Amino acid sequence: MIAALHEDQLVRVERGVEYGHVRTPGYLRGRHGRILEVVGGFPDPNVLARGGLGLPYRMLYRVAFCARDVWPEYAGSAADEIVADLYEHHLQAREDNDG
Amino acid sequence: MADDDTAYHDYGGRADGPIDRTEHEPSFWEQRVDAILELLGDPRRRLMRLDEFRWMNETMGADDYERLSYYERWVHSVTRLMIHKGVITRDELDARMDEIRHRPETSP
Amino acid sequence: MADHPDTHHHDHASPAEHGAPDAEIALMETALRELLIEKGIFSATDLQRAIETMEARGPTRGAEIVARAWIDPPFRDALFHHANSAVAQFGVNMGLAELVALENTADCHNLVVCTLCSCYPRALLGIPPSWYKTRAYRARAVREPRAVLAEFGFVLSADMRIRVHDSTADLRFIVVPQRPAGTEGWSEQQLTRLVTRDSLIGVATALDPAEVA
Repeated sequence: MIAALHEDQLVRVERGVEYGHVRTPGYLRGRHGRILEVVGGFPDPNVLARGGLGLPYRMLYRVAFCARDVWPEYAGSAADEIVADLYEHHLQAREDNDG
Repeated sequence: MADDDTAYHDYGGRADGPIDRTEHEPSFWEQRVDAILELLGDPRRRLMRLDEFRWMNETMGADDYERLSYYERWVHSVTRLMIHKGVITRDELDARMDEIRHRPETSP
Repeated sequence: MADHPDTHHHDHASPAEHGAPDAEIALMETALRELLIEKGIFSATDLQRAIETMEARGPTRGAEIVARAWIDPPFRDALFHHANSAVAQFGVNMGLAELVALENTADCHNLVVCTLCSCYPRALLGIPPSWYKTRAYRARAVREPRAVLAEFGFVLSADMRIRVHDSTADLRFIVVPQRPAGTEGWSEQQLTRLVTRDSLIGVATALDPAEVA
């Protein structure tokens, strides 16, 4: 399968996700990040959760977020990051100047 | 953040307070629960996928999720899953639990 | 030989013992286990063997792997690029999980959490510590990692950055702490003793040579 997003790509995490067993944590939804690594295709956890085979497979990415972008009151270093492993269908490419 | 029925497990950023760092060696009971899950999920049996099990944790309801301890949640979820999959029935479970409840104590 | 898991043995755990379950849950577990054994899903022997296999896992192998990485550059390379096959050399089968080794450097410290449940590299490190599964850790590790580290007695200097890894999918993480100063010429066995479970999760660094006898 082909990865729609590439390393270093700027992304935004979707705010709204489908109902069910979703592995995109609430605290990251709507946040801006960047692709750290293209991991590969994995079965959809929400489909697996219902006893299905996990099709369609979803491309998984390691996505880095600046801690200060995620938490308004974050008190650590500007270089501190959170990295989460997120699926392509919950990510949107963005430009640097996107709001 | 959405507060729907299945988001109660989504803890990131959602609690404060000190972390209880007491070390607990897993009790035999806990180890056995762990082992049951491993056996059910192993390639020979394939009776449980990790995401099926997690979904059971996510749909037991916020009250039970908060009330039960970690391994107690596991028992609750794996039992619900085995009923859902038809490995055991609710009637079988209830009958057996009742029978166990009325067993004479056997250990010293 | 202990008489567990005898299917008709009723467990007695004192209320004070951590892990003594809710009465209804205890009944449920016994009932489930008996039914699964009766239906041939697994045997009592299978269960005992599974418990023994799990008991054999623990942070020691993780420590050995880190010590090897400290002294063996090709192994280190393999660990950071193909961790599953690198740890297989130590008899670790990661199964469906993909292991990722995170390198602590002079400027970056790594911390691992699973905010959604308690994902942990169990095949390698065994059962996670109780605190790893707590709501407080899962909630705060992503939000105030430096405060969490401080609570564990580890103050990260301001000129270092931290990366918190939330194990949200099928990747499992092990932190490779920096090799402590003053360990030149140490054997792999000696180095293993410096690598604690907490340093493999990221709430601590490896031990200082002065801290081991």
